[in-house]
Amino acid sequence: MGYSKRKSVIALVLVILITAGLACAAIFGITIGDTTIVASVTDEKNGIKRGLDLAGGSSILYEAQIEGELSAEEIDSGLNSCVAMIQQRLTNLGYTEATVARAGDNRISVEIPAVTNPEEAVQKLGSTAKLEFVDSDGNVVLSGSDIKNATSQYGRLTEAGAMQHFVELELTDEAVSKFAEATKNMAQKTDGKNYIAITLDGEVVSQPSVTEEINSSTCVISGNYSQEDAEWMANLIKSGQMPFALKEVQLSSVGPTLGEKALEQSLFAGAIGIVLVMVFLIVIYKMSGVVASLALMTYTTLVVLFCSLFQINLSLPGIAGIILGIGMAVDANVIIFERIKEELRAEKTVRSSVDAGFKRALAAIIDSNITTIIAAIVLKFLGTGPIVGFADTLLIGVITSMFTAVIVSRLLLKSLVGLGLKSIKAYGA
Amino acid sequence: MKKIRFDIIKNRKIYYIVSLVIILAGVIGFVVNGGFNLDIDFTGGTTMSIEMGEGLDRAKLDRVETVAEQVLGEKPSVVQKAGDSESLLVIKTKELDTEQRDTLFQAIKEEFSLAVEAPESTENVSATVGEDIRNRAVLSVSVAAVLMLIYISIRFEFMSGVAAVVALLHDVLVMLAAYAIFQIPMSSTFIAAMLTIIGYSINATIIVFDRTRENRKKDFKRPFEEVAEESIWQTMTRSINTTVTTLLTITMVYIFGVTSVRNFALPLIIGIIAGLYSSIFLSSSIWTSLRGLRRKKKAN
Repeated sequence: MGYSKRKSVIALVLVILITAGLACAAIFGITIGDTTIVASVTDEKNGIKRGLDLAGGSSILYEAQIEGELSAEEIDSGLNSCVAMIQQRLTNLGYTEATVARAGDNRISVEIPAVTNPEEAVQKLGSTAKLEFVDSDGNVVLSGSDIKNATSQYGRLTEAGAMQHFVELELTDEAVSKFAEATKNMAQKTDGKNYIAITLDGEVVSQPSVTEEINSSTCVISGNYSQEDAEWMANLIKSGQMPFALKEVQLSSVGPTLGEKALEQSLFAGAIGIVLVMVFLIVIYKMSGVVASLALMTYTTLVVLFCSLFQINLSLPGIAGIILGIGMAVDANVIIFERIKEELRAEKTVRSSVDAGFKRALAAIIDSNITTIIAAIVLKFLGTGPIVGFADTLLIGVITSMFTAVIVSRLLLKSLVGLGLKSIKAYGA
Repeated sequence: MKKIRFDIIKNRKIYYIVSLVIILAGVIGFVVNGGFNLDIDFTGGTTMSIEMGEGLDRAKLDRVETVAEQVLGEKPSVVQKAGDSESLLVIKTKELDTEQRDTLFQAIKEEFSLAVEAPESTENVSATVGEDIRNRAVLSVSVAAVLMLIYISIRFEFMSGVAAVVALLHDVLVMLAAYAIFQIPMSSTFIAAMLTIIGYSINATIIVFDRTRENRKKDFKRPFEEVAEESIWQTMTRSINTTVTTLLTITMVYIFGVTSVRNFALPLIIGIIAGLYSSIFLSSSIWTSLRGLRRKKKAN
């Protein structure tokens, strides 16, 4: 069934207008009142989120070192409190946009976006702050859970001493008596053996000697600390002791300038790629190529729009996926155009060739796209990190390309036929 | 337009041999070079890149190596200039913890009086994670291959499914061969590239098989070989043009992209070319051979 001239003009104008409209929506976003319906490409909060490899930042994978026999529930709750504590610690450090999540059976993933010095953040986070008071016999006297509060202070510790920064610990009621008993024990020891070491993650930070029983709800960690050190240590102790020691098993940090460069260069590559594909299509397929190029613009616009609607986490491989998709999207068009050329060579009219071309090509297009969809789904579920982002954009790309090639190209080509473009040369035959 | 045409299926043994030679070269490359050039994703280790501010020459790289050796107690495995920059230094070492990484950076910063406060990028992978990634690679490729086999067997006949999967394995093997021969660093994105090729290259095979199926319906009496040959040629322009458009875009990514994305684009380019070859010269040929084998079996 062909289109009349009027219908053809309307269809052509509509496709161009809708594509332009969608492009505007994608670039500027649509907001009615306070609700964002379509987020602009630059709106990272509601739309496309830039992955850490583009925005700069760190992603770290920790593995909990689970010791001893623990039930599944104990491990589970332990890991959950680790997550909460890391989140707390990050917030204390000012990384409010960081995310922490469980990953797998015994791992925790941390993502800190947009840090100028990612390694510094990691270093601070990496301190696991397992606080212990150990006496000279190696007995653990107090641990993190015995500490009610920790504050950094500045003052004299003894009347004659110099002003210095130190950390004051407030003990729980139960801990006060434990501490009293331990100090009583230690005070009886000979010199050199009468100390209680304060350790953080097994490292001695302070080793005061004990000369008398201390029955007080506070005690002090002192050393040659700067104000920053003291504040940091207090914070560390306050945000609690992790149930498990955490080992960094994977880390990836990208500085913001490198990420910015990666994004710019990828977009440039994409733009050149699109132009080259369009030139190729027009040279080979003439008017059909123009149609395919228009469909390609609709495709690119739609993909950007979908990425924004589904709030895709756009990684560097994700961009590669979109660009690859542009090349692949043309495939369905090529299949159809080749079919149309064959029909034309068989001396059919342009109108029936276009119809037959689309009809015959459809089965092949669906079959071939389904395999790419299968591959993308396998990647989505078995892949890790940025690769999942690639699977997402590839999926969106393949599905969108079927739509634009089959529906949009068909509409446009039929319009051209309807407008009276009958020379078979115009279709590249 | 002049038609170029030559026999494909009749000469299929030649094309089988070409593929086998490439794959064999890959095996030799693998043995001679002592395996793949596995990136830290698979082996565990640390990669750090530092902006040095000015051009890097051999002497400077040697100085970096000396400094790193002093700090770490052993030589770093790689000290080089990043591919797309004049002044970006890349160091690869054994697995380092935060403190060691910082010590290394500070030592280099001091040696060269750098103005930068932090490395441009840092990557650290422990050996356990490397093992995970390797297992996932094998698992995902197997799962994808089985799913493809099932899908194609349902849509076509079982023999064509087998032929398509063999062609697909060929593409993967050619990619691996290129990596073994040229010692291209293999990172975890290679898995994504491999799966993409599995999904993409089978497209072309399906287009050819789809045409074969259609042509057979038209005339059941024609010999299979003849129908298959004709179908290859009918779909030839499509196969080539589609590959050209895909290569156009992905090659741009390779030319203009940053190092990490180039490492992703390269296996795709190799795989796409291998896929074109296998869908034209191998898949229909294998299908024909398999049918021949089955007929022989029945006759016996």
